[in-house]
Amino acid sequence: MARVWVFDNNISTDDIIAGRYLPRFEASKDPSWLAVHVMGNIAPSFASKVGKGDVIVAGRNFGCGSSREEAPIALKAAGVSAVVAESFARIFYRNSINRGLPVLTCKDVRKNFKSGNNIEIDMKNGIVRKTGTGKVFKFEPLPNFILNILAAGGLVHHLKKTVGKKSR
Amino acid sequence: MEAKIDAAMIHDLTGPLVIHVFQEIGAHKVWDPSKIVMVSDHQVPANSVDAAQNHMLLREFASAQKIRSFYDIFEGICHQVFPEKGFALPGRLIVGADSHTTTYGALGCVSAGVGATDMAAVFATGKLWFRVPESVKIVVEKKLPRRVMAKDLILKIIGDLGAEGANYRAVEFAGRGMRDITMDGRMTMCNMGVEMGAKNAIVPADGVTKKYLAGRAKQRYRAVYSDRGAQYVETHKYDLSKLEPQVACPHSVDNVKPVTEIGKVEIDQAFLGSCTNGRMEDLVAAAKILKGKKISRQVRMIVSPASKDIYIEALDKGLIKIFVDAGALVEAPCCAACMGAHIGILGPGEVCVSSSNRNFRGRQGSPESKVYLASPATVAASAIKGAITNPRDV
Repeated sequence: MARVWVFDNNISTDDIIAGRYLPRFEASKDPSWLAVHVMGNIAPSFASKVGKGDVIVAGRNFGCGSSREEAPIALKAAGVSAVVAESFARIFYRNSINRGLPVLTCKDVRKNFKSGNNIEIDMKNGIVRKTGTGKVFKFEPLPNFILNILAAGGLVHHLKKTVGKKSR
Repeated sequence: MEAKIDAAMIHDLTGPLVIHVFQEIGAHKVWDPSKIVMVSDHQVPANSVDAAQNHMLLREFASAQKIRSFYDIFEGICHQVFPEKGFALPGRLIVGADSHTTTYGALGCVSAGVGATDMAAVFATGKLWFRVPESVKIVVEKKLPRRVMAKDLILKIIGDLGAEGANYRAVEFAGRGMRDITMDGRMTMCNMGVEMGAKNAIVPADGVTKKYLAGRAKQRYRAVYSDRGAQYVETHKYDLSKLEPQVACPHSVDNVKPVTEIGKVEIDQAFLGSCTNGRMEDLVAAAKILKGKKISRQVRMIVSPASKDIYIEALDKGLIKIFVDAGALVEAPCCAACMGAHIGILGPGEVCVSSSNRNFRGRQGSPESKVYLASPATVAASAIKGAITNPRDV
């Protein structure tokens, strides 16, 4: 069971982490710098209130805009354990999997949740439950190879095994 | 499917993370240094110690990996420099660690933005997996009226299709009307394809493409076209002769209205530049309107040519003098005010009319500021009047 934060349609990667915070992260490699500024432009109190394991429920086109991979990095560093949205923008979707952040496409979720509600996610069977209400939402379960990437905490761990040896 | 990458681009804002991941996966040598292009453009010259460190990292990486196509802070914006130096060629598959990599599709190639991990994988292996996108066809007929620009067309299209209207799809700009749209205009259109979610945008190579590439192309190329009878999931038609100047209102790129319908919007800043609209055609359009005029005393106008070559051409043609005489600040070629992390940052409550590509809340500074996206002609006309103005009225 996890706590839910609800966001609107068209949440951009600029909304998730503004461009002005990227240079310090890139220079310091410290994701906690991103975590304290996550959603800063649109929900200034989110960063201080979000907790480990919390889930974002959002509308359509979540993660649109810039290709910045700092967006899923910031969400993960802030404690977000998954994003359930009605649809995702393509670069963000792929970046999230590469970073080990589960992104689940689920119809009609946004209007059925309010911030503060609780949610349960069954990754294997593709089911989202609104805790204590009996409400159930289905999503297409992610294929096994993506589940494996997520379980490993991102693509880098897979690449480490293969690429490192070849290019030496 | 897995595909071989013909060219890959990184810049100073997303590049450092690519290099970190490349090192993290234990890779030592890039797959082919001749296929990598690096450009420092987002924070040039460095405006912070962090930015300076990121520039240092790019320099060290380029040197260690023998990447000769490294354009340090002197050259301009990646999405102008890359095509200008002849790396974008018809039929090629290109990836860039920047969402506006869609720009290069103006030259008949497939060109898409990717994140840092994917790009690090490309640097190490030269390959990446793709889902082959479905295609949307935009058929363009007739000619743009006076002072209506390619920017107005793409804003209109984004307004119609929506911010998600082409998500995961390839957008092909076709029709006889495209023949009269210059390479600069085509780059503007493909650049903003990503603002409706497109994976890539493409203009089939033609005489305009051939002319642009003459003396510029880094290698020989062979154009590739859609099959006869190719299937499109959607087709949309646009009659350019009926198009009016368009404006994308805060805070989403698909909140588009004709300039005649937005009412009085006073502005504090006008920005002419970016990978969307900092090209020669854009500077010429703005200079024609600004020549002999003064910018409103309430307005700060910032001009940043998209590349050094454009800057020099604008100097030679007297455009820079026109801008400075009118009261504009002309900045070095860089991303400038577009992404709110370098120069021209907006304060609370301020309003900017911008030739760039995004008007998300806080994009150019304070979350309480507002950005209206428009064509270079509309930006210039608005700077003179102090409020968003139809360029056909000045």
